[in-house]
Amino acid sequence: MTTTDTSTGPVTGGAVTGAGTTPAPSGVENLPFSRALNAGLRRALAESDRVLLLGEDIGPLGGVFRVTEGLQAEFGPRRVIDTPLAESGIVGTAIGLAMAGFRPVCEIQFDGFVFPAFDQITSQLAKITYRHEGALQMPVVIRIPYGGHIGAVEHHQESPEAYFTHTPGLRVVSPSTPNDAYWMIQDAIASPDPVIFLEPKSRYWPKGEVDTTARALPLHASRIVRRGTDVTLVGHGAMVTTLLQAAALAESEGTSCEVVDLRSLSPVDYGPILDSVRRTGRMVYAQEAPGFTSLGSEISATVMERAFYALEAPVLRVSGFDTPFPPAKLEGKYLPDADRILEAVDRALAY
Amino acid sequence: MTPTEDSVPTHTSTPADSAVVRILAADGTLTPSDAAEPYLALVEALTDAELEGFYRDMVLIRAFDRQATNLQRQGQLALWPPSLGQEAAQVGSARAARPQDHIFPSYREHVVARIRGVDPIDIIRVMRGLTHGGWDPTDPRNGNTHIYTLVLGSQTLHATGLAMGLVFDGRCGTGDPERDEAVIVYYGDGASSQGDVHEAMVFAASFQTPEVFFLQNNQWAISVPVATQSRSPLHKRGAGYGMPSIPVDGNDVIASWAVTKVALDEARAGQGPRAIEALTYRMGAHTTSDDPTKYRTSEEERSWARRDPIERMHAFLRGRGASDAFFADVEAEAEAVADDARIRTTQLGTIPVDTMFDNVYSEAHPLVDQQRQWFAEYEASFGEDS
Repeated sequence: MTTTDTSTGPVTGGAVTGAGTTPAPSGVENLPFSRALNAGLRRALAESDRVLLLGEDIGPLGGVFRVTEGLQAEFGPRRVIDTPLAESGIVGTAIGLAMAGFRPVCEIQFDGFVFPAFDQITSQLAKITYRHEGALQMPVVIRIPYGGHIGAVEHHQESPEAYFTHTPGLRVVSPSTPNDAYWMIQDAIASPDPVIFLEPKSRYWPKGEVDTTARALPLHASRIVRRGTDVTLVGHGAMVTTLLQAAALAESEGTSCEVVDLRSLSPVDYGPILDSVRRTGRMVYAQEAPGFTSLGSEISATVMERAFYALEAPVLRVSGFDTPFPPAKLEGKYLPDADRILEAVDRALAY
Repeated sequence: MTPTEDSVPTHTSTPADSAVVRILAADGTLTPSDAAEPYLALVEALTDAELEGFYRDMVLIRAFDRQATNLQRQGQLALWPPSLGQEAAQVGSARAARPQDHIFPSYREHVVARIRGVDPIDIIRVMRGLTHGGWDPTDPRNGNTHIYTLVLGSQTLHATGLAMGLVFDGRCGTGDPERDEAVIVYYGDGASSQGDVHEAMVFAASFQTPEVFFLQNNQWAISVPVATQSRSPLHKRGAGYGMPSIPVDGNDVIASWAVTKVALDEARAGQGPRAIEALTYRMGAHTTSDDPTKYRTSEEERSWARRDPIERMHAFLRGRGASDAFFADVEAEAEAVADDARIRTTQLGTIPVDTMFDNVYSEAHPLVDQQRQWFAEYEASFGEDS
């Protein structure tokens, strides 16, 4: 399958090279998300020779987003495997490799190209433990760069999370910060269950602090990233940044917003969300994906079931439209921005 | 392209083709084809006990298969995919595998599973609706035999992945045939149209996996003839992926054994993947939900019945002097196997509702746990009436 030119974003590839960039296993580093992932993968590869990476162009090129840069040079072509160009083949053989005792980490090059592997993920990978009555575990990670904001062409900007959260047997997570990228990829690899690991591609380049000595949270915990008292804003991945922008704007207008980063999309950690809603009485959920039968639909319904008497307004959803992801020149109108979120905040406050 | 009716043969090639490896003619006489030449020394080394064992395997599993078909008709099983007619391809290939080899069956390989040690009642459990799996492939008693999957061709990728793992771990090509491992994966002519089979062959060739792709061309994908799956004989496809690809008379158990043994030996020794097309015929329905009279002729069925794998081997063994006592013993054992299947099926009982929530994940998952608890309380709310 074709991919976008890698010049679609400020790729850090030229500035840093392979093994020399490994953060020491102690201390705090300031890293872009993609380098944090690279460091997390390197640490997992170094800690167990059963960990394998496989995908298209992940070897000498380091992947189109350079997430695996330098890893093949360091660990060799049997640990970091450039596969034939076949997504079902990547996931299907990863299943067999897991049966042989490996812990494969697959890279799907872009969100829209995961669908040729959809059968192997949903009909096979997700069900193998159930079908084997627990006799086999499936410690397979599927990394998928996803989401908009990079001005790419069709099939390169989608948010397919609901297909996977709808499938029993899969775990689905999405880090939004470099620190989470570093730890969550290691936790996903350590999980005995299959994990769909969604990487918000517009977040690959901004830097953030990575504490390589201490894991902040378990893989499936959600987190309150900003405190507030009037409205709870919930989202994941790149949308967390947009929610924080909206909260800052709201603050200047006198409204105090709390922001919750889901981190785990399946299972959802409802504790911090419900605690927050019980304090604020209002909630707005925001996502890039189309709204109909989406993660936002599920979470808003659950919050209304569990926190009905705490709510001063119905949970409101802000999402991409129920259209195909539009041509890139329109993505700024399609994707929820801070203004669309604030419009929903205003509606919630008006009840 | 939609083939016109008169241009559609029911099969792409028949066991009469000279390129097909065949040891026994349909009448049971030792009549090797030209293509069988490289295998004759192996065949000559087969002992009477081994040859009689092939026959016994086929007869026993046919009795089991007939019993299972009857059990389905009597409402004891949800579904049954009969293996009637395909016993030679399955017995020959399964007997060619070494204990350390790994087996990825499709959903009709009842003979293969039994030979590898899987208790046939475990297959019954799947078709009775008691489990999606029913046996543990990692339990040594099951001979590294994986469970059935109903999605066509999916298992060819799993087999290839496992075979890649064997390569990465140095578990083949060591020069020690007692230790080297290989994988054999079964699929059918219908599955050969699936993209996963293509991708599996691409990966297998790229990574030179120790693997045998064992295609049983039984001529029909439910009601669709093999000509709709492929306009060229399926055994020619292997060459396109860069692997040797051998057509064999799948109703000849000796030929099926010899071809598979050589292919597995070569794969185990590190020479890469091989493809085998076993030309055979599904004499029964695709499954018990199917009615073959709607899509194929009785003349075709009769022509294949004349190539029956068991009768062929029976005639061959008779010609070699096998005793009446041997045949009587096999018949008695077959009857016992069938009786055992019937008795144990009716004793299977049911499964606790709670198992629905088991093993969805390996680690605790709050959503599943909450639903398990809710359902238990809901059921309990009916008290004694539940």
